[in-house]
This record gives sequence, structure tokens and C-alpha cells, in this order.
Amino acid sequence: MNTDIIETAAKLEITGEHEHWTEIIQPKTKLLDLRLGELWRYRDLVMMFVRRDFVTNYKQTILGPVWFFLQPLLTSFTYILIFGRVAKLSTDGLPMMVFYLAGITIWNYFSETLTKTATVFKDNAQMFGKVYFPRLTMPFSIVISNLVRFCIQLGLFLIIWIYYLLQTDSIHPTIYILLIPVLVIVMGLLALGFGMIISAMTTKYKDLIFLLTFGIQLLMFATPVIYPLSSLPDKYRWIILANPITSIVETFRYAFLGSGTFSWTYLAYSCVFTIIIILLGVVIFNKVEKSFTDTV
Amino acid sequence: MSETIIKVENLGKLYKLGEISTGTLSHDLNRWWARVRGKEDPFSKIGQVNDRTAKGTNDYVWALKDINFEVKQGEVLGIIGRNGAGKSTLLKILSKVTTPTAGKIKIKGRIASLLEVGTGFHPELTGKENIFLNGAILGMTKTEIKKKFDEIVDFAGVEKYIDTPVKRFSSGMYVRLAFAVAAFLEPEILIIDEVLAVGDAEFQKKCLGRMKDVSVNDGRTVLFVSHNMAAVKTLCNKGLVLQFGTNTFYGDQLEAVNFYQSLGNTQTNFHHQGSIATSLGNENIKILKLEVVPQHGDILSMYSGVDFYLDFYNATTGKNIDITFEVSNQDDVLVFHNGSIKCSLPEQFLNAGTYSISLIFGENQRYVLYTVRDLITFEVMQETAGSNSNRFPGVTFPKLNIECNIKPVTSDIAY
Repeated sequence: MNTDIIETAAKLEITGEHEHWTEIIQPKTKLLDLRLGELWRYRDLVMMFVRRDFVTNYKQTILGPVWFFLQPLLTSFTYILIFGRVAKLSTDGLPMMVFYLAGITIWNYFSETLTKTATVFKDNAQMFGKVYFPRLTMPFSIVISNLVRFCIQLGLFLIIWIYYLLQTDSIHPTIYILLIPVLVIVMGLLALGFGMIISAMTTKYKDLIFLLTFGIQLLMFATPVIYPLSSLPDKYRWIILANPITSIVETFRYAFLGSGTFSWTYLAYSCVFTIIIILLGVVIFNKVEKSFTDTV
Repeated sequence: MSETIIKVENLGKLYKLGEISTGTLSHDLNRWWARVRGKEDPFSKIGQVNDRTAKGTNDYVWALKDINFEVKQGEVLGIIGRNGAGKSTLLKILSKVTTPTAGKIKIKGRIASLLEVGTGFHPELTGKENIFLNGAILGMTKTEIKKKFDEIVDFAGVEKYIDTPVKRFSSGMYVRLAFAVAAFLEPEILIIDEVLAVGDAEFQKKCLGRMKDVSVNDGRTVLFVSHNMAAVKTLCNKGLVLQFGTNTFYGDQLEAVNFYQSLGNTQTNFHHQGSIATSLGNENIKILKLEVVPQHGDILSMYSGVDFYLDFYNATTGKNIDITFEVSNQDDVLVFHNGSIKCSLPEQFLNAGTYSISLIFGENQRYVLYTVRDLITFEVMQETAGSNSNRFPGVTFPKLNIECNIKPVTSDIAY
């Protein structure tokens, strides 16, 4: 009789130990516990952030969304003036307008995504300190909103591209145009990966924020945005080719304009590089997001 | 018996004091090296107990240490403690804003936390857009918010302004809208940090009512941090007292409040222990005991009546001693000055609020023998409104017999 009770008690205790907890908060978590399912559950929030970005960006401006077009156009004019007319850099025989605009459109997409994701923790410290939601929603929403912006600016580029296509015979689109969606995705992921790594590190070492603007500028010159890869002497070309963004920008321009460098090897290199960076970024980001409020 | 929904085991949180990024790189490397060798974090051992008034001897401090408690479904747990006792840190860990350094929390169900109202509100967005954004941040899906939208707007009472950017809202409206979104969350566990200190009296009442609703009718679990003892007493059914980062009391909410008040924040009684010679006073008078007790019921409220008990030792000989009680309210307004040896107050005399007692011992109503200011403090609850910040207007709240005679209008009064 007595032993019976003890046995049931023991059983109860065992079942108690195996109770179903939906969540356990503890100091250490597995490195690859990314909780992507949770991210999916918060997909509405991602879209809400994207919407917020657009609505608030141009509120109380006179020109409103026209700025989407004005920004790349004004930059192109500046580049034509400085790099084209004054510095007389080569454009691979392409019309300057379309050459620079192509580079700017894809480069801006990368640099904007990178700058924004790299300061995610700093910009949202206030909010992150008060409420929990999967932190990955923030960088993802940044990528999506920049993707939308890129598509709008791509539209502008296409208009100008069609104009040159009809008016001159200097540009020859290639079949690689079909690769554009891949390029856009790879570019976005690469920016996201870099951005997440930097943002995770800025929570402790704020110096990186100052380096970031400088670094991005430097990176632009290390990427064939304002010059074609072919204009470089063979001796130094490998340095620029080591930059994973190079082949994406070159392929983008080659696909639309038919002039530039294209190689499957270079592109594959960029893809592999991106995969490594994005994995590294997500893991580091996830590690930092849990305790960043204590250090930021 | 309802099931355990939150289980906190040996929870601890270590914080580094002072500047964060100075010397972090070397500490980081040190930590990393310890981890590589499979040793314990070298900086977690030296952490001290969190007492913000004592100057620390090293840079690390345990904001929380060895916290253990369980919360069952449908319970409303009030967490009380002085500033810096670790309340907010505990809530932050529970709401996953930060991670613990040691220990574990096991949870069943979704948690929504309200450490602040209006998190993520964007001033440029309209009221409507912000409801959706804030709702999503708090963990609701778009469809859930849509379903609740009308109720939220109605609760906040800002229907007219719903399409106006919230930067044009008055701060009161802003807060009402923000709280309304949170009030209609439907998590299994709701965490609230002092957000009730917002809005006007009417809205506060509404919020408290809503909280009660959530726990009683919907069977949800609520964790509630507050400095408002009356609210804790009326809303909660369990209390957790934190002091210097450890839980010093866990149990019934009334006992928890009493325990907390006895910690010295509001001292409701004075008891001298030891010899008369060492007691408070001077060569004439020694005070041994002063107690404030309700005449009926367990807590001091506007309707309980108040008795004061004073024990003192008279060291003088042949003097005609008199005692004066002075009771002041929280605004330092002297409520009354009573020159008698026996002092008790009827029900419905003191308004709700915090009072302090001063004593004046005199000789023959002429000479002061000994004066002690603000010897003890006590709190009078206003049970009906559930909050002592919700006082009636006026310094006192006496029960007066006011009669009203109704007379027919007679013809000789010109109308």
C-alpha cells in the first residue's frame, strides 16, 4: 500500500519533469537555433516595417516618391560630369548615362541595404530594449524595402535603357538578362550578411559605425561602378575580382548592355562567398540579439 | 489545481558597472580563454549582491540572484521592491529582451510584455497605422488586429483622430491609444511594468478594470510590477518582494505588501527593542512603541477607522505631561493636531494617501519636552477605487450629515 503511493508519487514526478514547456529561457542556446519558424509567424510585422519605411520616408516632402527617381538621376549627372568629362574614365564604349545609371542602380541597392542593416541595433535600441519580437524581422524588412526601391529605380533604368536601345546601336542586351533576379537576390543577401555581422559588432565596438561610411565609399571604388573591369591592367585585376560584388555589378551591366566581363567562375565565387557570409551573419546576429540590450 | 505556467529556477543576471566598452576587449579575450579551457566565466564569480547604495569593490554586480518562483495559470503576480531591486531586470528577462546569466525560466504559452506603452509608435503614421504596427510588434497578426480594431479604438476613445498622424495627438491621447492596443492582446501571459501610471483617473480605472477582466474572465496570467501598493493589493493574488536582486518574500499579496512595507520604505510601526536607555528620545521622554492599526478589518483604509497606540517611558518626576499627535499627508499639509493622550480616528475621516506622524511631548501645555518628526509613515487605502493615487478631492473625507429639504414653491416667492 505504502510503496504504491510512493511509486505513484515517483511516477508523477517523472511526468512532471517531462511536462511540455513551450519555451525555456536560459543563458546558453544552440548556435544554430535560428527560430525561423518564429520569423514566419511575424511576417506581418516585416511587411508593416516595410510599409512604415515607405510611408514615413517621404512624408512632408513636396516631391514625395519622385525622389526615388531623382536620387539616381542626380548622382548619374554628377558622375558624368566628374568621372566622365573631367577625369575621362573609360565606359567601355557605352553611353555614359546608361553606363553610370546601371552601376548606380545596383550599387545603391547594395550600399543602402548594408548601411541600414549595419545600424539595426543602434537605430532600434530603444524599441528592442522594451519588447521582444524576432530581431531578424528588422534586417529582413530592410532588405525587402530596399528591394522594392531597387525595382522602382530599375524601372527608371529600363526607360533610359530602352531609349538608348532604340536611338543608338551601342548597347546589345544578352541572354544573361535572365540572370538578373539571381543577381538581385545574391546582392541583397550579401548586403544583409555583411550588415548583420557589422551590426552585431557595433553593439560593443561603436567605432565600426564611423568606419562604415568610409568603408562603403572605399568599397565602391573597389567595385567597378564608375569604371569597367576591362579598363584595369591585368596585374591588378585580381584585387578587384577578389571583391565578391565585382562580378555581380559586371554581370548586371553585361546582361543589359552587352559590354563588360562575364564569367561563370567569378559569379560562382560570388555566390559561394554570399552563402558563407549570410550564414555567418545570421548566426552572429542571433547570438548578439539576446544580450545586446546590456551592452549597447 | 491549475497548472504551473511559469517556472523560474535559480535565475541570475550579472551586469557590468561603469563604462561598457572600456576594457571589454581584454575581458572578452579573458572570457574566451576561460571558455576554451572549459573553466567558468572569470568575471561571474566576483559579482556582488546588488545594493545600489553601497559602493562596490568591483565592476560586476548581480542584478538578480537565485530567484525562484512559480506562477500558476490565472494568477496575477504583483512584483514589488525598491528602485533598483531588480524588478525591471526580471521583467526584461521574462519578456526575452535580455538573457539571464544563470538559471532557467520555463514557460507555457505566449508572452506579451508591456514594459512601455507605445513601443514602436511612429509619429508620422496615423493612429490607425500605428495600431497595426504596434499590434504586430506586440505579436499580433494582421487578422487578429483587424478583428479587434473597433474595440481598440473604442477603448482608447480617439475615434475622431484615428486618421491623424499621432504626432498631432495630445500626450494623453497617445498613451490611451498605445495602452488600448496592448489591452486587447491575447497572450496567455501578460507582463506589465507600471504602465498604469498613465492617463487621467478615469482612464486608469478603465485600465485596472481591463486587467482584472483579463485575469478573472479570460483566465490569463498577469505579472504586474508596481509601486502602487493599493493596486497590488486589489489586483493581484500573489506577491513577490525583491530586495537587492533576490526574492525575499513570495506568497500571498497582502502579506507581500506588509512585508515590503516593513522593509522600511513605509514604516507603519515603531517598536523599540532592548533597554529603555537606548531608546529614541531624550532625558525626559523615551519612546518605546508607536503603532497604527485599523479599528476594523486588516488594512488601513478610508473606511476602517484608525487607532494609534503609543508606549513611552516618562523619565521626569512630578511633571504634567501632555502629548500631541500631528498627522501630515504626502503634500506635507498638516491634517490635524490632536492634543490628547488617546488618539483614534473614526472611519471616513482621513482621505486615501500616505501620512506621517509627528509627536510632541509637552509639559503643562507650555514647554516642549521632546519632539520627534515623521516617526512613522502609514498608508490609507481607498478600497473602492482600487488605487490610492485616486484620492478624493480635499485634504480629509469626513462623513457629514447634510440634509436637503424640499419645499413646494409658494405663491409669495416671485418666480
